[in-house]
Amino acid sequence: MTGKPQNAGAAALATDLHAPLTAHEAAVEADRCYFCHDAPCVTACPTDIDIPLFIRQIQTGNPAGSAATIFAQNILGGMCARVCPTETLCEQVCVRNEAEEQPVRIGQLQRYATDYQMATGEQPFQRAASTGKKVCVVGSGPAGLACAHRLALYGHSVTIIDRAAKGGGLNEYGIAAYKTVDNFASRELNYILSIGGIELQTGVALGTDKTLAQLKDEYDAVFIGIGLASVNEARLPGSELAGVRDAVEFIAQLRQTKDYSSLQPGRRVVVIGGGMTAVDAAVQARMLGAEDVTIAYRRGVERMNASQYEQELAQTRGVSIKCNLQPVAIAGDGAVNSIELEYTNDSGDGLAGTGETVVLPADTVFMAIGQAFDDGPLQGTALNLSQGRIEVDDERRSSDPAIWAGGDCIAGGEDLTVAAVQDGKLAAESIHRSLTA
Amino acid sequence: MADLTNNFIGIKSPNPFWLASAPPTDKAYNVNRAFEAGWGGVVWKTLGEDPHIVNVNGPRYGAVHSHDRRLIGLNNIELITDRPLQINLDEIKQVKRDWPDRALVVSLMVPCEEAIWKNMMRQVEDTGADGVELNFGCPHGMSERGMGSAVGQVPEYIEMVTRWCKENSSMPVIVKLTPNITDIRYPARAANAGGADAVSLINTVSSIVSVDLDKMAPEPTIDGKGSHGGYCGPAVKPIALNMVAEIARDAETAKLPISGIGGITNWRDAAEFLALGAGNVQVCTAAMTYGFKIIDELTSGLANWMDEKGHANLDSIIGKATPNITDWQYLNLNYVAKARIDQDSCIKCGRCHIVCEDTSHQAITEKVDGKRHFEVIDEECVGCNLCVSVCPVENCITMEQMADGVDPRTNSPINKNYGNWTQHPNNPASSA
Ligand SMILES: Cc1cc2nc3c(=O)[nH]c(=O)nc-3n(C[C@H](O)[C@H](O)[C@H](O)COP(=O)(O)OP(=O)(O)OC[C@H]3O[C@@H](n4cnc5c(N)ncnc54)[C@H](O)[C@@H]3O)c2cc1C
Ligand SMILES: Cc1cc2nc3c(=O)[nH]c(=O)nc-3n(C[C@H](O)[C@H](O)[C@H](O)COP(=O)(O)O)c2cc1C
Ligand code: SF4
Repeated sequence: MTGKPQNAGAAALATDLHAPLTAHEAAVEADRCYFCHDAPCVTACPTDIDIPLFIRQIQTGNPAGSAATIFAQNILGGMCARVCPTETLCEQVCVRNEAEEQPVRIGQLQRYATDYQMATGEQPFQRAASTGKKVCVVGSGPAGLACAHRLALYGHSVTIIDRAAKGGGLNEYGIAAYKTVDNFASRELNYILSIGGIELQTGVALGTDKTLAQLKDEYDAVFIGIGLASVNEARLPGSELAGVRDAVEFIAQLRQTKDYSSLQPGRRVVVIGGGMTAVDAAVQARMLGAEDVTIAYRRGVERMNASQYEQELAQTRGVSIKCNLQPVAIAGDGAVNSIELEYTNDSGDGLAGTGETVVLPADTVFMAIGQAFDDGPLQGTALNLSQGRIEVDDERRSSDPAIWAGGDCIAGGEDLTVAAVQDGKLAAESIHRSLTA
Repeated sequence: MADLTNNFIGIKSPNPFWLASAPPTDKAYNVNRAFEAGWGGVVWKTLGEDPHIVNVNGPRYGAVHSHDRRLIGLNNIELITDRPLQINLDEIKQVKRDWPDRALVVSLMVPCEEAIWKNMMRQVEDTGADGVELNFGCPHGMSERGMGSAVGQVPEYIEMVTRWCKENSSMPVIVKLTPNITDIRYPARAANAGGADAVSLINTVSSIVSVDLDKMAPEPTIDGKGSHGGYCGPAVKPIALNMVAEIARDAETAKLPISGIGGITNWRDAAEFLALGAGNVQVCTAAMTYGFKIIDELTSGLANWMDEKGHANLDSIIGKATPNITDWQYLNLNYVAKARIDQDSCIKCGRCHIVCEDTSHQAITEKVDGKRHFEVIDEECVGCNLCVSVCPVENCITMEQMADGVDPRTNSPINKNYGNWTQHPNNPASSA
């Protein structure tokens, strides 16, 4: 590794990808909303935010009312406004696309309203009188926080346990730095907890410090939102070499340090993968000063999980994306210095190597080939799994009637912050119904 | 290229666009700039007797904005000129000498005494100005002193003062009317009877434009208080158009030339006034919003449209729409139209559906075969045009005549003959 000095690119890590709208910009943008009947954007939002209403409230100079509309459906509306791939959600179906291929900037407007309200430090909600019921929420990611907030609102007392040192889940440890600047994840966490009635215990892990059976004993209901704790392994020759790193872990370190010098990825970086994590790792590596950054994805571009918008973001930040390339071996002497990749053909009934290979020089190889659910912590309590994750019904209740689950750890999870929020919210509603029945 | 030269009651100008009597025409400095920019004429800011009036020293304007702060309506509490009479007269004389090809009309407002008006007419005549405009319009400040709209609201006074002016001078006299009256035909007829060469309208509409909810006072607010002002700009155009049309089609005033004023912002607005019978137009708020340069758009837009339509000069458009203004009772009740939604340009916002469903005739679908799809149900559509009015896409919904067959709403065959309310069986006074 070259230990390059901090460069100007590092400043980009601390700069909003999209600058927040000024009051004037928000007024102009809000005016573009047509207040559609049965608006397609509402259907597209996993948390069912009444988007035309909150935009109209901005337009009429009522940002507090606007924020209340958003938070009523999505208490993490501030984070979602920053991280949602709106180009494949609400903004994708905005009728303005039909009109002039330029959707209303819903995400940015949502940020405008939620920033306004969060700056006051006040929540637009009042907690109900205590019910005396106790719920344990395992995991303080978006799913756990949304669940805890809704339960607290109804007057239940909530304990969140999380094995990490800080709360927030991937909001704190995973989301790209430039999407959540100025410590937003921890500010939002505090804002959510300010509803009262929620105790957050960090450094407490399910499986090691507490078993599910214990939690069921101690609480009236349990919600599991522990995300995906392990990563898919690529067993390649050379993957043990220094400089071969897990992308999620790299981002977690990046998010937690102020001193980027220890994280320098070197001049040449290859990222293996095709999703949001691959893009985030590649772009942040560029910002840290890497000169050549390549994303190598084994299938065709149409199969990439990263949206068109994310791909363009990577490309405009100088990342090159190469498709139909699968890793074969990593080479180096103690530390990685190159990676060999093979061209592929995706015939439809399987991916096959063509035999033709290419060698790319690399100081760091990031693996971003997906995360996996670790069912270790569930030991001792039999919960049905499906597709390797926890099986739940429409209300997010697991096969054990006292246990609910949501977010990335459930089967059918979309691996999106906003989807995790919806899971937590639905589970809380179901828990509330069952506790008050 | 269409000929835009204008001859309004003998006053010639290179185009029909005059600046209305207001701040843009308050001093030689402004008027010179207007003429350099290309304006065809000006009506000088209203002169009064000495000692000259004073204006407030705080805000004079209030505004109504669209959400991106385009100015839709402007309200003012300014009075007539606040400069000594002689300074104005000297400047008028000089400007007219420097710009002989432009129209220069002088607006006047003095108390209702013949001697005062006579003296004023003589002084204006000395400047070489092309004519006078009698300001019977301002709704604020001057009306409380028995001038402006206080005169304009009493037809007898209008006739009397107009007659004094005509008898005491050979200059053309234009009478500027206030819209703050129930039926605009009465003051117009009075001006005509008094011998006016023309009327100009509208002056500003009495208004309170907004209320400051912290100070609990109308805006603009002067030291905690506000008073009503005069409203102008794009928002007043429909009121002005109707008043112009009322005068143009009134038998008594049909031949009386009209200078159209009120909300004219672009060439199309001007063309509409001309079509309804105005012989030229005056502009104030648009200039006060964008500056004098808009004259380039006004003249080129009007000329290009005239070229496109084959109109060689202004006479071929002035009053062309007047014969098509009628009273409701003469509209053809046998004409049937239905809304049609062009599915290719529909962006599926659904607003046509919800307004028809909630507030009208339940004549637009929401879903067809389970899919979001907006289509008109002819059995229910009364042809009201609400959907067209709220649709954000121009020409996506149109009203199409149903020329023959059976109207599925009424199950009656289309009657191709003209039939109006005076002939309708439901009309107790029907003549049929
Ligand atoms: C690098 C990266 C970038 C991403 N970018 C985006 C993006 O831009 N937009 C977007 O919408 N989504 C993005 N995602 C996905 C998104 O972050 C997740 O879908 C979302 O955080 C899932 O929320 P969750 O609450 O289910 O889990 P998590 O956020 O993963 O939270 C799980 C929590 O559980 C805790 N936990 C785990 N095991 C235990 C245990 N045994 N005992 C106690 N606590 C435990 C963890 O410490 C953690 O705090 C990204 C993901 C990654 C990895
Ligand atoms: C600030 C201001 C002052 C005005 N002063 C006069 C005036 O002194 N005399 C007059 O006849 N009209 C006056 N008017 C009215 C204008 O001449 C014109 O009739 C009215 O503004 C409508 O035209 P518009 O919509 O183009 O502005 C004034 C208007 C404004 C905005
Ligand atoms: S939460 Fe996300 S998807 Fe929903 S409206 Fe907000 S930005 Fe769009």
